[in-house]
Amino acid sequence: MKAKEAGMSLIVKRITKITVSLIFLFGVYIVLHGHLTPGGGFAGGVIIALSFIHLVLAFGKEIALKKFSESAASLTESLGGLMFLGVGLLGLLGGYFFLNILPHGKTFDLFSSGIIVLCNIAIFLKVGAGLFSIFIAMAILKIPLEDNQENK
Amino acid sequence: MIELHLILFLMIIGAVVAMEIEDLLSSIIALGAVGMGLTLEFLLLRAPDLAITQLVVEILSLIILIKATVSVDIQAKKTRTNPYYFIFALLFVAVFLWFSYKAVVQLPAFGQPLMKMGGQYIAEAAKKTSAANIVAAIILDFRGYDTLGEATILFTSVIGVLAVLRKTGRKK
Repeated sequence: MKAKEAGMSLIVKRITKITVSLIFLFGVYIVLHGHLTPGGGFAGGVIIALSFIHLVLAFGKEIALKKFSESAASLTESLGGLMFLGVGLLGLLGGYFFLNILPHGKTFDLFSSGIIVLCNIAIFLKVGAGLFSIFIAMAILKIPLEDNQENK
Repeated sequence: MIELHLILFLMIIGAVVAMEIEDLLSSIIALGAVGMGLTLEFLLLRAPDLAITQLVVEILSLIILIKATVSVDIQAKKTRTNPYYFIFALLFVAVFLWFSYKAVVQLPAFGQPLMKMGGQYIAEAAKKTSAANIVAAIILDFRGYDTLGEATILFTSVIGVLAVLRKTGRKK
């Protein structure tokens, strides 16, 4: 074995540099077109979390966590949850919870259907950051197991 | 309809393999095959929203399971079981199949009567929300309160995982 280097081999790193931005872009497309095409906030959020996980697997956790750290992930997740709740409370201005008070626009337009776009973006922030932080916690940290092996 | 049953049969085989095989990594791969079969089923039933979500969640859970288990060398333990348990299990399966047959024949045909609420949603979703994707219109506009509950469940589960696997404040 060669000297231990973070991440995988050179081939994987090269290809990751090309593909990771495409995966990210596809996630953004799925989120923003959630009210027009299949998909939506949840699927798009998981795809974007997968693009960051791709970075972690290929380059090791230091480089990936420099781009999107754990504290940033928990902050983003909380912001997404608050944004979703805020969109729901916005409906109280017009009468009741989750009322679609924004202008609806024309069907098949990108900026249409009122609060659905905002809800999609909020769920995307929440799901993407939440699942990424679960991945970091479960796959990278592994604290209890290493402790047990050292104590033996 | 025949391809639906074929994929369902393959999924059952995959699930049994995932339960019975000894190697942990092979078990995870078999579980992935079950998930991909479920994705194809959703596509055949014309539910692309669910298919996309199922596909990406399946990939994410496969990555987490492989990453979490591949370095841990756990071998499944062989335990001797009482031969009578096999007979009890067969008996239980027979009773279960009989009751589920009795229940399933009472069900209406697949997707046949459109419920009153669902019919209202399908008729008015495009007009009331002007969203082309009717699933988004239902889960984020008509049923936004339910989706808020789901988001809360996800939030709580993330908090739980981070609290169990935390780095700081752990007693040595």
